Amino acid sequence: MQPGNLFPLVVVLIAIAFALGYARSRAIATPLGGIRHLKSLPFYYAARASLWCGLPALIIFALWLGFEDKVIQTMVIGSLPADLQPDSPGRASLVLSQISNVASGALSPKFVPEPIAGAAERLMALRAESKMMMTLLVICVAVLGAFVAWLRIAPHINAREKVESTLRKIFFMCAGLAILTTVGIIFSVIFETIHFFNKVSFVEFFFGTSWSPQTAIRADQVGSSGAFGMIPLFVGTLLISGIAMLVAVPVGLMSAIYLSEYASRRMRGIVKPLLELLAGVPTVVYGFFAALTVAPFIADAASWLGIDASTESALAAGLVMGIMIIPFVSSLSDDVINAVPQTMRDGSLALGATQAETMTKVIFPAALPGIMGGILLAVSRAIGETMIVVMAAGLAANLTINPLEAVTTVTVQIVTLLTGDQEFDSAKTLSAFALGMMLFIVTLALNVLALHVVRKYREQYE
Amino acid sequence: MNNQQQAELVRQSLKRRYRKERRFRLYGILAIAIALAALVTLFADIIGKGYTGFIKTTITLEVPLDPQTMYLEDATDKDAFNMADFKAPLLTALHNVLPETGKGDNRDLGHLLSSYAANKVRDTLEADLSLLGTTQTMSFLVSDDVSVYVKHADDPNYSIQLSEKQQRWVDRLQERGIIQNSFNDVFFENGDSRDPGHAGVLGAIVGSLLTMVVTLLLSFPIGVAAAIYLEEFAPQNRLTDFIEVNINNLAAVPSIIFGLLGLAVFINLFGLPRSVPLVGGLVLTLMTLPTIIISSRAAIKSVPPSIREAAEGIGASRMQVVLHHVLPLALPGMLTGSIIGMAQALGETAPLLLIGMVAFIVDVPSGFVDSATVLPVQIFLWAGSPELAFIERASAAIMVLLTFLIAMNALAIWLRRRLERRW
Repeated sequence: MQPGNLFPLVVVLIAIAFALGYARSRAIATPLGGIRHLKSLPFYYAARASLWCGLPALIIFALWLGFEDKVIQTMVIGSLPADLQPDSPGRASLVLSQISNVASGALSPKFVPEPIAGAAERLMALRAESKMMMTLLVICVAVLGAFVAWLRIAPHINAREKVESTLRKIFFMCAGLAILTTVGIIFSVIFETIHFFNKVSFVEFFFGTSWSPQTAIRADQVGSSGAFGMIPLFVGTLLISGIAMLVAVPVGLMSAIYLSEYASRRMRGIVKPLLELLAGVPTVVYGFFAALTVAPFIADAASWLGIDASTESALAAGLVMGIMIIPFVSSLSDDVINAVPQTMRDGSLALGATQAETMTKVIFPAALPGIMGGILLAVSRAIGETMIVVMAAGLAANLTINPLEAVTTVTVQIVTLLTGDQEFDSAKTLSAFALGMMLFIVTLALNVLALHVVRKYREQYE
Repeated sequence: MNNQQQAELVRQSLKRRYRKERRFRLYGILAIAIALAALVTLFADIIGKGYTGFIKTTITLEVPLDPQTMYLEDATDKDAFNMADFKAPLLTALHNVLPETGKGDNRDLGHLLSSYAANKVRDTLEADLSLLGTTQTMSFLVSDDVSVYVKHADDPNYSIQLSEKQQRWVDRLQERGIIQNSFNDVFFENGDSRDPGHAGVLGAIVGSLLTMVVTLLLSFPIGVAAAIYLEEFAPQNRLTDFIEVNINNLAAVPSIIFGLLGLAVFINLFGLPRSVPLVGGLVLTLMTLPTIIISSRAAIKSVPPSIREAAEGIGASRMQVVLHHVLPLALPGMLTGSIIGMAQALGETAPLLLIGMVAFIVDVPSGFVDSATVLPVQIFLWAGSPELAFIERASAAIMVLLTFLIAMNALAIWLRRRLERRW
């Protein structure tokens, strides 16, 4: 049976288990003199039957689906004769795709060696068998679970407590998914990163000043030895983020100050949602704007002034990224400024200070740690921003701090290295994971620092 | 220094201080003006670039479906049918409306029609052979070059590819109403295409929808359950602290990292297929979960303790208090947060690039494990095309995407106004 049909079937079984459990608990209660003689309400007995029916079956279902392919592939590869056994993971994926192409009919069996055609047949047979076994197993487990729970309905059993403790465990696992995600992120980058550092030295990666990840496919190729120095990427990322912060911090901060200290209620009511609208625009839209409007405009303006500017200038990407981050800075600063106690404001104004003086000499220093925290978060966002730079920044890694030249960033390289044709296990593909690891570590450090600063600051005025 | 001089000093410094005050205020206004100007420029630019994407240019012709001109002697013969010249009747029809053209102009005339026009003749005939020998009124999309000429003749950004002669023909046909502009329904009925005239967003919209269904079905229940656990059941210990730190950090991890996670775990480890809505939905679920958990926790926190105490007072268990009383009251707030999280997910592009949703896909996806693309990725693909007609499509698709996002946010605001209770 197809997984798409099996799932609804299990849901139906769960519903049946619920109905049967409900009926049985009532049936048991009636001769005793009503449901008040049961330890729990019939609903809980029924819910328990449903849990017993559904939980194990669905867990098996999910595990089976998750590992089915891997197991079948290993079995098929293992059944190949010795001379066809792949010697590297790259070969293995090639052989596998050949086999599955034959199996799906995309490739005629006539064009492949005989054992491959045999393996394709075996693959089909195994797949059918696996579906069959999964269906049987899941249904058996569901029915068995429901039956056991149904048998165990008795007046003295406190079904409510059992159901509630199971639910609590499920809730806990949902919360624990956050840890699992973090672990998943670390594991998904760490192995490839280690592989990468087996091929490329630490020193080259961290201190090399040239980045050109094209490695030679054939040994006799010219000019594609591959260089993996991340300094140009790092400088490019910082350049674009720096330009973005130069736009976002003054504009975001000043608009937050104006909105919280000067603006009338009505003006705030209009301007704030508009700024939030800026935050809701997807990054791909900003990328479009940067690549097709701002970048050509800057290039034209520069050539009008007689300066040479690239059409993929860092300035265009940075400016637009700054616009994207304005609402982020302004809403965080707004929160922080509003958290400064009104008494400080009143005290300063009572001494005869103007509003501007109150702001710059009293409130701003008091709010500074919080604002710094907000800015750090904004920086981490700028560094990790992908679409704007993918669309508007360049691909070539120039080591420059001229904002009119094209630079590339860490995120751009990750995307270009991992989209399109990938050579499995080459230093080129692996370097994307190493860059991802760097990106994760840097943004994580910034976030932890920022959250720490913000929390410290909040405690101060609570 | 006497009082008079002092007063004078103060007066002067006051003047200076007030000037400073005014300047400070001006900076604030300037900052807001810059932000709003950026917003207006952004929207004006996209609308200005893209509104023509909602217009299609068609040509309506009387097509004589004469078997002779098509070299189609026996229409029932499959091979003969496939070999027939379906372009010939179109050329005849064009000759009829442009009498000054001769056989020598056939090449230039053929350029006026989209490359799919002959296919349309063929499909019409294949569906109903009895039309053979009759004359049918049919509408075709014009070719890209004509479309650009009709829509953007005065726009210096577009270069006109038509020759003087072709331009004269098109002008005449337009005057006579044979070439017309109308609402571009093709844009909403097709998937992607190599031909901008036939490219549409339907495939991407359906792909986005499927991806969002997976995301919603997973992230809402899991997010709410996690929030309930953290707010109501979690003991004060290190594990709980660790979970909280993790959630706060995940909320700020760059989205592209989730793409790496999806690539390594879902595709390489579990062997799920590339570029399908199921994997896209899984990745976006992990990405939106922190947002949903954080907003759900805020919603649970806002339920006053008196409700809990009352329920506990009449003997409800902790779980009953939560599920029967707290959860229903917190639900509107949770829904609002989830809709905002979903809107974020709908606009997300970067992680989906890494799991292969960038493929060129013509067909509208029909299931969760069909190859698909999503709206933002479609925009990315079109924006990268050198053809201006695709840029126009990209801006039009941006407008479609923004419409969805604004609708979702409006729904969230409406829900908050309508259902959220103030205690």
